[in-house]
Amino acid sequence: MIVAIASGKGGTGKTTFAVNLARSLEQPPQLLDCDVEAPNAHLYLRPRILGAEAAGILVPRVDAVRCTLCGDCAELCRYHALAVLRTGVMVFPELCHGCGGCALVCPEGAITEELRPIGVVEWGVAGDIELVTGRLDIGEAQAPPLIRAVKAKARGDRLVVVDAPPGTSCPTIAAIQGSDFVLLVTEPTPFGLNDLALAVETVRALGLPFAVAVNRAGSGDDRVHEFCAAQGIEILAELPDDRRIAEVSARGRILVDELDHVRPVFGALARRLVELGDRRPPTLAAAGGSRAEGRR
Amino acid sequence: MKVVVTSTGECLDSPIDPRFGRAASFVLVDTVSGAITTVVDNRDGVEAAQGAGVQAAEAVSRLGAECLVTGHCGPKAFRTLQAAGIAVYTGASGTVADALAQLAAGTLERAGAPDVAGHWA
Repeated sequence: MIVAIASGKGGTGKTTFAVNLARSLEQPPQLLDCDVEAPNAHLYLRPRILGAEAAGILVPRVDAVRCTLCGDCAELCRYHALAVLRTGVMVFPELCHGCGGCALVCPEGAITEELRPIGVVEWGVAGDIELVTGRLDIGEAQAPPLIRAVKAKARGDRLVVVDAPPGTSCPTIAAIQGSDFVLLVTEPTPFGLNDLALAVETVRALGLPFAVAVNRAGSGDDRVHEFCAAQGIEILAELPDDRRIAEVSARGRILVDELDHVRPVFGALARRLVELGDRRPPTLAAAGGSRAEGRR
Repeated sequence: MKVVVTSTGECLDSPIDPRFGRAASFVLVDTVSGAITTVVDNRDGVEAAQGAGVQAAEAVSRLGAECLVTGHCGPKAFRTLQAAGIAVYTGASGTVADALAQLAAGTLERAGAPDVAGHWA
């Protein structure tokens, strides 16, 4: 079973929930940190790193001898990563999304693909929890191919927790696609509610079952609760607005390891998620996609 | 000489478009006759999510132009134009006819490098 922890708004506590949930599950899970632009689960889990590999996008390389400058590749490329000039073909790897279409349409077989690294996938263990982290190189604009490379490490033999990036755009969708369940973490503020509504729209469009977790409960107003009640959305957990929680987090410690009153919140959440997973047929959706290096 | 001028319209009286990749149109002029040969609608470039400059440079190359007159030119467009052997003149103003007069009078400087960053407008 794959449980994705997502949110519309950033800073609502996705990683807090992912890490504490991981620690509270009876069967130790695998945690995939798919927030590749700012991975931070390792700050709490402090894993022993066992390995790392580069991940990237397949970009075209044009064989100038075979190329007849017909222009089919550039015409196909909606990202304008190829320019066919009278003098030759230019490739702009930074514009390429790695779809591979240019190599397919080239009538001369002049285009081969080569890997352009965009980041690193790193894996390790923190106690019984296995952590896989994606880290996008500075300056890279496309997170989804790296997120798919992280998800390709998902194991079929244990529960997988995905820590998704914030927002509702391509990186988030790449992270939560193929999950069996999505937990949307929010906070009871107008910003939290606004972005929760967007996230709900997104997971509904993807057809994924989901529920909400409220962080810093009691700090704002009741509108998130009213929204969930009106929409028939279950609130699976509420973490109170509590200075001790902030202090433990700020020290890079895990809440359930140190705070007795927090443990039952995540214990109940873990049991409920496993229960929901047991009721669903096992996932058939591929977590990574057939070409982990970068197909949209 | 075949010159492309970026424009918001399609005749010699039309104002130039200071943007290259996202110019409304490319006006190809034969400087010998002074007449417009072709006008290319650059709607694809205007609406492109990315790579407008690359695509525009390709279009100018396809027109067989030897020279481009525009307002500004970004890095990827400039690299592409250079590879295609097209001379780039930036800083044009007024109408297409004005820009051609500026080119003929030698008041436009031939660009040796991009003069704006990508996505400047």
